Amino acid sequence: MIAIIDYGMGNIHSVKKALERFGADTLVTNKPADIGKCHKLVLPGVGAFDDAVRELKRTGLLDELKNHIKNKKPFLGVCLGMQLLFESSQEAKKEKGLAILKGRVVKIKATKSAKVPHMGWNQLKQVTTSQRHNVISPCPLLKNVPDNSYVYFCHSYYPEPADNSLIAATTNYGLDFAAIVWQDNIYGMQFHPEKSQGIGLKMLENFVGLC
Amino acid sequence: MLTKRIIPCLDMKGGRVVKGVKFVGLRDAGDPVEIAKIYDQQQADELVFLDITASFEQRKTLINLVEAIAKNIFMPFTVGGGISDIDDIKALLKAGADKVSINTAAVKCPDLIKDAAEKFGSQCIVVAVDAKQSQKAAKPESQKWEIYINGGRTPTGLAAVDWAKKGAELGAGEILLTSMDYDGTRDGYDLELTKAVVEAVNIPVVASGGAGKLEHMYDVLTKAGADAALAASIFHFGEFSIKQAKEYLKERGVPVRL
Repeated sequence: MIAIIDYGMGNIHSVKKALERFGADTLVTNKPADIGKCHKLVLPGVGAFDDAVRELKRTGLLDELKNHIKNKKPFLGVCLGMQLLFESSQEAKKEKGLAILKGRVVKIKATKSAKVPHMGWNQLKQVTTSQRHNVISPCPLLKNVPDNSYVYFCHSYYPEPADNSLIAATTNYGLDFAAIVWQDNIYGMQFHPEKSQGIGLKMLENFVGLC
Repeated sequence: MLTKRIIPCLDMKGGRVVKGVKFVGLRDAGDPVEIAKIYDQQQADELVFLDITASFEQRKTLINLVEAIAKNIFMPFTVGGGISDIDDIKALLKAGADKVSINTAAVKCPDLIKDAAEKFGSQCIVVAVDAKQSQKAAKPESQKWEIYINGGRTPTGLAAVDWAKKGAELGAGEILLTSMDYDGTRDGYDLELTKAVVEAVNIPVVASGGAGKLEHMYDVLTKAGADAALAASIFHFGEFSIKQAKEYLKERGVPVRL
């Protein structure tokens, strides 16, 4: 069973539908008790940083989410759902991040050629294993995903992990930023796989296939 | 590299996809869920759904239909029409929209843009600008176009370029710019209007209204600098597929996803 956390703020239909397409049972929930019952967890990315942190605290989901990750069960954070894992965000006025991953979330610097938000289809440059000093196998979610594939982005902030070896793929928008981060059982995507047609579905299929 | 987007648009009335000329004379184009699925298969970059009569008839957007479409597509989905407050936005996002497009309510109450952007993030708030060349003479160049609300029925006296700029300042993440003079005419986009808005704001601009040939898309994406080209008639009635449009653009050096 895969739990999909619902803050009540946005669209979770596509991610649910995509996971089910690959045979997964899903549970859309905001109840902490449900998290323990599930082997995998998806935190979709909607809303603003402060609101999301407050909502995770208010519902009591925060502790269960941390437990889930500590217990080495697969976790996928999408867009804001990934940004929340870091220590801080320039978007936040009051709240801190969950500090599960070291690093911060920063605002895209607007230029004439790089408008903010970064909105549309852009390419993923996969970081090969030889470039990643601590990791010996390629990111499992990128299995059968060709290099330079296009995925859909819609964001104004991006993560800056303290440790570059977490970065499994980058995207260029004014500069190269971390589009996929991966550490053990934790996966984060700055783009929306559930909105990225065939290529995105492939990555979600790979997530469903994780042990 | 970030690509230019090709976006089919479903104008909705009474649960059916329709298309008119200059916002009137609507013609039936089919069932929205079926059409949405076809565009997803054709790898459209996004889908826009506008309930074109919602605002005028004071109806709420057809939540059930949004949900039915969202369950069947895996591409970004923008919904507009009849949005009047934060609760409407929340309901649409929950039903499966990724972005909402606001026109009338934003003009009547600009703070709605600010509040919505703070609550849901700029990236999901689109300000729709329906612009028409002003009849009044002796206007400075940037005041040439006036915006209309209530589905093109009510002039506002506001200059389109100024309003787009204000929308961006209030926190909108994108401008959906429709030329009422060119809409449905198939004579090409209003390049002058599009260029004026693109130059005035630093958020993405989706150009709409007037696509009749693939060349028109090329022009609006290159000469006018739009980030995305939206079209209805040329795709709905089977003249061109999304793929044909993208191949045409790619051959001419426009970055697109194929």
